[in-house]
Amino acid sequence: MEKRTFIKFTLAAAACATLGTAYAADPIRIGAVLSVTGPAAYLGDPELKTLQMYVETLNKNGGLIGRPIELVHYDDGSESGKANGFTKRLIENDKVDLIIGGTTSGATMAMAPLVERAQIPFISLAGAVVIVEPPKKWMFKTPHTDRMAAERVFDDMKKAGLTKVALLSENSGFGQSGRKESQAVAAKYGITLVADETYGPKDTDMTAQLTKIKGVAGVQAVFVFGLGQGPAVVTKNYAQLGIKLPLYQSHGVASDEYIRLAGSAAEGVRLPSPALPVAAKLPATDPQKKVVSDYAKLFAERWKAEPSTFGGYAYDGLMLAADAIRRAGSTDKAKVRDALESTSNLVATSGTFNLSANDHMGLSLSAFRMLEIRNGDWTLLN
Amino acid sequence: MLSELLQFLFSGLTVGAMYALAAVGFSLIYSASGVINFAQGEFIMLGGMSAALLVQAGVPLPLAITLAILVAVVAGLIVEKLAIEPAGNAEVVTLVIITIGASLTLRGLVEVFLGKGNHALPAFSGEEPIAILGATLMPQSLWVMGVTLVVVVALALFFGRTTLGKAVLATSCNKLAAQLVGVNTRFVLLLAFGLSAALGAVGGILVAPMTYTSYDAGIMMGLKGFVAAALGGLGSGVGAIVGGLLLGIVEAMTAGYISSAYKDAMPFVLILLILFFLPQGIFGKKTTDRV
Amino acid sequence: MKPTTRGFLFLAFVLAVLPLALPNAYYYDLAIRMAINATIAVGLNLLVGYTGQISLGHAGFFGIGAYASAILTSRYGLPSALAMGLGAAATAALAFVVARPILKLKGNYLAMATLGLGIILSMVIVNETEFTGGPDGMPVDAFSLFGLQIAGEQAWYGVVAVLLLFVTRGALNLIDAPAGRALQAIHGSEVAARVAGIDVPSFKVRVFVLSAVIASVMGSVTAHYVGFLTPGVAGFFHSIELITMVVLGGMASVFGSILGAVVLTLLPQLLSAFEGWETVIFGLILMLTMIFLPRGIVPTLRLKFAGRAA
Repeated sequence: MEKRTFIKFTLAAAACATLGTAYAADPIRIGAVLSVTGPAAYLGDPELKTLQMYVETLNKNGGLIGRPIELVHYDDGSESGKANGFTKRLIENDKVDLIIGGTTSGATMAMAPLVERAQIPFISLAGAVVIVEPPKKWMFKTPHTDRMAAERVFDDMKKAGLTKVALLSENSGFGQSGRKESQAVAAKYGITLVADETYGPKDTDMTAQLTKIKGVAGVQAVFVFGLGQGPAVVTKNYAQLGIKLPLYQSHGVASDEYIRLAGSAAEGVRLPSPALPVAAKLPATDPQKKVVSDYAKLFAERWKAEPSTFGGYAYDGLMLAADAIRRAGSTDKAKVRDALESTSNLVATSGTFNLSANDHMGLSLSAFRMLEIRNGDWTLLN
Repeated sequence: MLSELLQFLFSGLTVGAMYALAAVGFSLIYSASGVINFAQGEFIMLGGMSAALLVQAGVPLPLAITLAILVAVVAGLIVEKLAIEPAGNAEVVTLVIITIGASLTLRGLVEVFLGKGNHALPAFSGEEPIAILGATLMPQSLWVMGVTLVVVVALALFFGRTTLGKAVLATSCNKLAAQLVGVNTRFVLLLAFGLSAALGAVGGILVAPMTYTSYDAGIMMGLKGFVAAALGGLGSGVGAIVGGLLLGIVEAMTAGYISSAYKDAMPFVLILLILFFLPQGIFGKKTTDRV
Repeated sequence: MKPTTRGFLFLAFVLAVLPLALPNAYYYDLAIRMAINATIAVGLNLLVGYTGQISLGHAGFFGIGAYASAILTSRYGLPSALAMGLGAAATAALAFVVARPILKLKGNYLAMATLGLGIILSMVIVNETEFTGGPDGMPVDAFSLFGLQIAGEQAWYGVVAVLLLFVTRGALNLIDAPAGRALQAIHGSEVAARVAGIDVPSFKVRVFVLSAVIASVMGSVTAHYVGFLTPGVAGFFHSIELITMVVLGGMASVFGSILGAVVLTLLPQLLSAFEGWETVIFGLILMLTMIFLPRGIVPTLRLKFAGRAA
C-alpha cells in the first residue's frame, strides 16, 4: 500500500511540475557549456560571469519577447569529452532553446555533431576558423578567428617592413590553432617564418626557446601566440635576454592582467585586440564606444574584477541570441537560426556583426584594433 | 655558441632548482611515511598565492613571506591530522588517492576564495639581469639557487646531527622498530608534513616573481617535483636535489638543441631509461625484500 | 550458486532492464560512459587489484586505441573494425615490449614509470598535429561493420553493455582459474609465488598486456561513440581517474570496479549543481571514502556485513 501511494504521489508531483512549467513561467532556456575550471578557465570564467550578469539584466527589463530567460550552464573543466556529454544533457534533458559556448575550439567541435543533429542554434565562443568555415547550418561564433589575429599582426609587420619573423606558440588549443593559421597566411603578407618554437601553458621559463630564436640569422620580429601567464613569462624572459626586436603578441593577452604581470618588460609590445581594453580611449564618434564602456563598467561593478575581452565574447553571443529571438518573435529553433543568419549592424564588444549565409561570424578584419603598450597602458594605433 | 650553451644552462639550473625544492618535499614525506604526497604541489601554490595576495594587500614582503609559509604549514598539518592519520595503515594506493583528494580540496578552496587570476610577486632584488659571458641571469634565480643550497645543507645537518632527524630516518626504515626504541612515529609524520609544506611554500614564494602564481600552479610543480624525486631516488634528499637540477637542465637543453615541442617528454624518456637500468633511481637505497 | 555468479547475473539483469528506466538520450549517454569506464576499470583491476601492480599510464593505452581508430578510419579510410584491431595490436605490442622492464620495478617506481609512459604517449598525440589534429582534436567517423552503422545512443548502449558483460565474465573466470590464483599469489608475495613454481614475470606481463588491450579497445569504442577526440583522453588526469575508479570501488573486486566507475562517472554530473564548489566537494568525497572505506566501497562493506552475519 505504502509503496503504491508513494508512486501515485510521485506521478502527481511530476504531472504538476510539467504542467507548472507550461503555465506559469515558460522561460526561454539558454544553455551554456563553458570551461569555467581547468586550463581554459582564464577564458571560461569571465564568460560565465558575463552570461549570468546579462541574463539578470535582461530579466530585470522584462526578459525577451515577454518571457523570462533561464540560464542552464555546465562546466566542462576544459575537457572536450565532458563538453560533449553536457551538450547532450542540455539538448535532451534540459530542453534548451539555444546553446552558447564551447569556450575552446576543441570543446566546440566536440559539441558540433550534436547540435547539428538536434538542429538547435549554437553560438560558439571559440576562435578557430574551422568552426564557421565552411559554414555549418546551426553553428555560429562571436570571436574573431585566430586567422584574423595573425593577419592583423602580419599586416602591421608588413607596414613596418618586417619580413623575417620567429613564431613562438603555446602548446594549447589556442596557441596551436594560432600557429597553424599563422603558417597559413604568412606568405600572403610576404612574411617568412624563420623559427617555429613552442612552450607549455604552465612553463616557468622560456629563455631556452628565446635564446634559440635570438640566434636565428636575419630574424626581425617575434610573434607569440598564447594566453594567460605564459606570454607574460615570455615577455619577461625577452627583456632579461635583452632582445631588441619588435615583440608581437596575440589577442590572447588583451587584458590588464598581462600588463600587470609583465610589468615594464611589456613596453612596446604590439597586439591585435577587440576594443574593450581601450574603451576609455576610443574617440566619441566610435560606434563601439558606448557598448564596450557600459560592459566594462557593469562587469567591474557586478564582479569586482577586471573585465576581459573573453567575457566580451559571451556578451556578444548573448546579444546575438537576444537580437535573433526578438526578431524571430519566438524561440522556434529554425526561425531563430534564420534570424541569427540575417543579423545586421549589431554593435557589440568584438565589433559590428553582419552575418550572412556564407559568414556565420560576421566580423571584418577592422574589428580588431592594433594596440601598443606604452607607459604601462594600452595605446590605440592606427 | 658558448653564450647560448651557458644561457640554456642558466635556464636549466633556475628551473631545476625550483623542481629540486618541490622534490625535497616529496622525499621528506616519503621518508617518513612511504607515501607519495600528491598534495605537495598545492603547498607550493599556497605559499606563492598567499604571499602574492598579502603583498598586494599592502603587507610588507618579509612579513608576507612569513605568513605565507605559516599558511602552508597549517594546511600541511591539517592534511596530516585529518586525512593521513585517520587512514592509519591503509595500502599505499589508498593513501595516494587520499592525497589526491586533499590536493583537489585545497586547490578548490583557493579557487573559490581567492579566484582564478594570475598573480605576481615583486622580485626580491630588482629586475636588472646579470650578464655573465654573454648570457644573462635574473637576480631572483640566484635567490632560488641559493635557498635550495641552504635547504640541502640544513636538511643534511638535520638528518645527520639531530636526534629528531634520526628519528625520521628510523621511522622510514622500519616503523615498528622505531616505535619500539621510543620514537613517537605519529609526531614524526606530523613533522614531515609540516616541514614539507614549509619547504614547498618557500619554493612557491621564491619562484612567484619569475613564473607568477595562480590557483592551479601546483599541478605542474607537483608533477615535476614527483618526477625529480623519482629521478634522484625517492627518499634521498641529495637525490631530490640532483634529480631536480637534472630535470631542469634536460628540459632546457632539449628545448634549446632538439625540440621545444618535446622538451617535456624528454625527462620521461630519461626516467624510463634510468629506471630500466637503475630500478631505484640514481640515489635510491638498494633494498632487499623480506620473505 | 557462487556469489560471483549471482553478482554476474545481477549485473546482466540491471544492464537488461536499465533501458526501461532511461528517460532520454542524456541518461543513455551517462549509462554508456559508465559502462565504458567500468569495462576499463575491470581490466585495470586485474593488474592493480589482483596482481598488485600500480599503473598511472593506462589512459595512454586508451589513447592509442582511440587515435588509431580515429586516424586510420578518418584519414586512411580503413574499415572501423580493422582500425580497432590494429589499435589493439599496437597497444599489445607496446605493452608487451615495455612490460618486462617496467614490471621489474616496485611500488612508486612502477607508478613513476607507467606515468612517464602515459605522458610520453599523450605528448606525441598533442604534438603530431598533422595526424591527430593537435590540442584542438579531430572528428571521428561513425563505426560501421559490414556496411551497418552503429549510431545513436540505444545501439551504442547495447554494444557497451555486451562488452562490459563479456569482460566481467572473462575477469571472473580468470580469477577463479589457476592463473587468477597465481596473480593473487604474486600480489601476496612475489617470492613465495616464485617458490611455488609460478613464472612471475610472464604472468605479470600477460595481465599488463590484457588490461592495456581492454583500455585500447574501449578507447576505440569511445572515439567512435563520441565522434570527436582530443588529447585529454590520453592524459595524466584520465589515468588518475581510471585508477581512482578501481581503488574507490575496491581493489581485487570485479564488482567494486564497476561500482567505482559508476560513482566516478556520475559524480561530476551530480556536482554540477554546486556552482564553483565542485572541485572541493569532489576532493572531500575522495578523501572521506578512502579514509572510512580504505579497502574500497565493495570489499569494506562486504567485510562489514560478513562480520555482522557471523
